[in-house]
Amino acid sequence: MSPTNPIARALPRSPSGALAPSFSLADAPLGKVFVVSEVGGERGFRRRLMELGLVPGTEVVVGKVAPLGDPLELVARGCSLSIRASDARAVRVLTRE
Amino acid sequence: MRAPCGFSPESDVSEAAKTLRVALVGNPNTGKTTLFNRLTGARARVGNYPGVTVERRSGQMTLDGRDAEVLDLPGTYSLTARSAEEQIAIEHVLGMHEQAPDLVVVVVDAGQLVRNFYLVTQLIELEVPLVVALNMIDEVATAPDHEAIAKRLGVPVVPIAAKTNRGLDALRDAIAAGLREPRCGTAPIDYPAALTLDADAVARALPDAWTSSKPARARALALWALGSVDEHDELRGIAPELRAACLERQAQPGRDIDAEIITARYRFLDATLAGVVRTGERTPVRKTTERIDRVLLHPLWGFAVFIAIMVTMFQSLFSWADPAIKGIEQVVLWLGAGLTAHLPAGILTDLLVEGVLGGVGNVIVFLPQILLLFLFLGVLEDSGYMARAAYLMDRVMRSLGLHGRAFVPMLSGCACAIPAIMATRTMERERDRLLTMLVIPLMTCSARLPVYTLVIGALFPPSRVFGLVPVQGLLMAIMYLFSTLTALAAAGVLGRTIVRGRRMPLLLELPPYRMPTLKSVVRQMFERAASFLKEAGTMILACTIVLWALLSFPRDTATSSPEPASPTAVEASAAPAADGDSRSVRLSHSYGAKLGKALEPAIEPLGFDWKIGVGLIGAFAAREVFVSTMGLVYGIGDADEASEPLRERMRSEAKNGKPAYSPLTGLSLMVFFALACQCVSTLAVVKRETRSYKWPAFLFVYMTSLAWVTSFIVFQVGTKLGF
Repeated sequence: MSPTNPIARALPRSPSGALAPSFSLADAPLGKVFVVSEVGGERGFRRRLMELGLVPGTEVVVGKVAPLGDPLELVARGCSLSIRASDARAVRVLTRE
Repeated sequence: MRAPCGFSPESDVSEAAKTLRVALVGNPNTGKTTLFNRLTGARARVGNYPGVTVERRSGQMTLDGRDAEVLDLPGTYSLTARSAEEQIAIEHVLGMHEQAPDLVVVVVDAGQLVRNFYLVTQLIELEVPLVVALNMIDEVATAPDHEAIAKRLGVPVVPIAAKTNRGLDALRDAIAAGLREPRCGTAPIDYPAALTLDADAVARALPDAWTSSKPARARALALWALGSVDEHDELRGIAPELRAACLERQAQPGRDIDAEIITARYRFLDATLAGVVRTGERTPVRKTTERIDRVLLHPLWGFAVFIAIMVTMFQSLFSWADPAIKGIEQVVLWLGAGLTAHLPAGILTDLLVEGVLGGVGNVIVFLPQILLLFLFLGVLEDSGYMARAAYLMDRVMRSLGLHGRAFVPMLSGCACAIPAIMATRTMERERDRLLTMLVIPLMTCSARLPVYTLVIGALFPPSRVFGLVPVQGLLMAIMYLFSTLTALAAAGVLGRTIVRGRRMPLLLELPPYRMPTLKSVVRQMFERAASFLKEAGTMILACTIVLWALLSFPRDTATSSPEPASPTAVEASAAPAADGDSRSVRLSHSYGAKLGKALEPAIEPLGFDWKIGVGLIGAFAAREVFVSTMGLVYGIGDADEASEPLRERMRSEAKNGKPAYSPLTGLSLMVFFALACQCVSTLAVVKRETRSYKWPAFLFVYMTSLAWVTSFIVFQVGTKLGF
C-alpha cells in the first residue's frame, strides 16, 4: 500500500511512519478496539462486509463468541454483525494507537 | 435550484391519468414494513416478482386526492447483487421490468445513519427522485440534524417513527412534494481516477434501455456492474459485452475495484455526515440490547431460553392448535351430515359432501397451525430474536449444510410440514430455502402419529423391554429419532448433490431488540394464511376430489341404493353404521382398490398386501386418512387409531393360515410412512413456494424411493433373520 493511497493514510502508524503489524480478526482478543486494515475472503462476503461499513480504517471490536465457539460477533459503526471464525481469518486488523 | 430529475422526461397529456408509483427501499430491520403498513392502511396485494421466489407486496395510498401505488421492495444493504433475487432492488428502482417508480422513499435507521446512508448514496448516484425517511427517530438520544443532511445531500430528509405514527404527515407531504417536484440529490464522491476511467469504459457496454440517456446514471450503473458482475454471479439479463467489459476491468493488475468503490463512498459519507451524527455514541436501544444479549447469548442461559422458546412454540403447534383442528373437523362433519340429510342421496351429494366439503376441510384444517407458527415467527423476527437463534445454532446447522435459520422450520416440521415449509421464507438464499423444504417432510409430523398408534397398537404386544421400558412407547421414540436422523442425513446428502451451492460465508446482522407490534405480526399472519388458501388450497382441494373419485368409482348401483339403510340392517350390524358397510363395499370395487391390487406386486416385498395398498392411496389426501381407509377396507366404518375392532381385524388378518401382518410388517409400514411423501398438501405447498412443478416432483420421487428401499431392506433382512 503506497502512502499516497488515501486508505493507507487512515491507518495507524508508528512515529517512524511504518504500519503497525497486522493480525487476523479471528485472533483478536475480545472487547478491544482494533482498526480494520484489510478485508479479504470470498468476493460476495468481503464486498458485503465492506458495504456494511467495515472498510479499512474502521474501528471494530470482537464483542463475543457464540456459546458453541462460533460464530463471532463484531461491533463496528454501532452495529452488530456475526461472522464465522473461518471467515474472520481473512479480515486483518491493527492495534489502535 | 436543481434541474428536475426523474424518469419520464417526455411527459405527455396522459400524465395526469397515470398511476403514481412510490417504491420503499431500505436496509433490513429499519422498520420498512411497518412504514409500508402505515402508509397503505389495511390493504396489501401480495404477489411474486417474476422469475424469482421473492414476495412482492404492494398497496395503495392517497396523495393530493390521487391514488398512488406503494411497492415494498425487499430489504437490502446495498444495490449490488450477486443473484437474481438481490437484483430485484435495482431493477425495480429503475423500472427495468415494469413502470419505474415516480419516487423512491429510502427508509433509514436513525441510530445507524452512516451504514444506512450507503444505500442512499447509491440511489443518489442513479439519479432517482428520493425522499429519505429517518425512521426510529425516537430511539436516538440526540436526533441527527436532518436539515443539515438534507442540505448537504440535496434530498428531503424527514424524521419519523413509523411505529408511533410520528412524523408521518410530514412524510406524506414530502412524498407529495417529491412527486410534484422530483429531487435526486447530489453525492460528489471522489473516486480514484483509474476507477472513473473503468466506469466510463463499462458504461459504453451498457444497454441504452438501462441508462435513459443520462450520463450520470450510466456511470452509476457501470459502477453497479463493476461491483456486481463476476464469473460466478447468478445475475440475469447481463449482456455478454457488459460482462466482458466488467471482467476485463476487474482483472487489471494491482487493482481492487470493490474496495475502491466502497471506501470512496464511505469516505464521502464519513465526511458529509461528520458533525451531524455522533459516531461512537451508543443509542439507548443498543445499550438495552447489550444487556439482554448478556443473558440471551450466554452459554448456559442463552441455550436455556432458546430451548424454552422452541419448546413453547412446538407445544403450541402440537397441542394448542389441536382444539381448533378438532373443532374444524367437527364443523366439517356436522355440515356434511346436514347436507347428506337435506339433499337427495346420490352422486352429487356424495361429491359435495365427501369430495368438496372434505377437500375444503383438508385445506382449512391447516390454518390453526399456520396462524400460530406465523404468530411465533412474526414475534421472533420482529423482536430481533430470530437472528440470535441463527447465531446460537449456526455451528450445529452448518455442520449439516443447513442455514442457521433452518432450525425453526425444521422443528415446526415435527408438527406439520405445511406451515414449516412456508416458514422457510425467513431464509434469504434460494438454495438454503430449497434444501430445508426438501428435508422438512421427513420430520415426524403429527399426521403420522395416528398411523403409528394404530400399527403399534395392533401389531406389537404391550410388553416391556427388560421389564422396564414399554415396547410401544419405545417404538414411538425410535420412530422420532429415526426420522430426525434421516432428515439430517438427507440434508447432508442433498446439500452436496442436488442443491449444491457454493459455500456461503455467514454474514448476519444482530439487530437491536425491539418490541414487535401486534398489528404487523397479525397482518403478516393473515397474509400468509390468505396466500396459503389461495394458492396451495385450490390444489389440495382438487387433489382431494380426485382421490375421493378414485376411492368411490365406479359405482355399483346395487350398493349405492338406499338398501343398507333398512332398520334391520342397521340393528343387525355390529359395526358402527350401515353407512360404513356401503362405503366399504363401494371402496372394494373402486378404482382405488384396483390400483391397490395392481400395486401389490410392488409393495409385496415390503410385506404389504393390497389392502394396505388401498390405505396408502387413501393416505395421500393426508397421512392420517390411512386409518379410516383401513377401517373402510375392513368394513368397520369410521374407525380411529384407537379403534379396537380395527386393531383386532388387522391382528387376525390371515394369509396362507398365518397372520398376514407380523410386527415386522408393522415396522416396515411405519418406516414407509416415516419416509414416503404421503401428503398432497406438502407437494402443493412446495409447488407454491418454489413456483415450479420440478421440486415437488423431485420431492415425491426421492422420498418415495427412499421409503421403498428402506422398507424393503427392513422387511427382507427381518424375514431372513427370522422375525
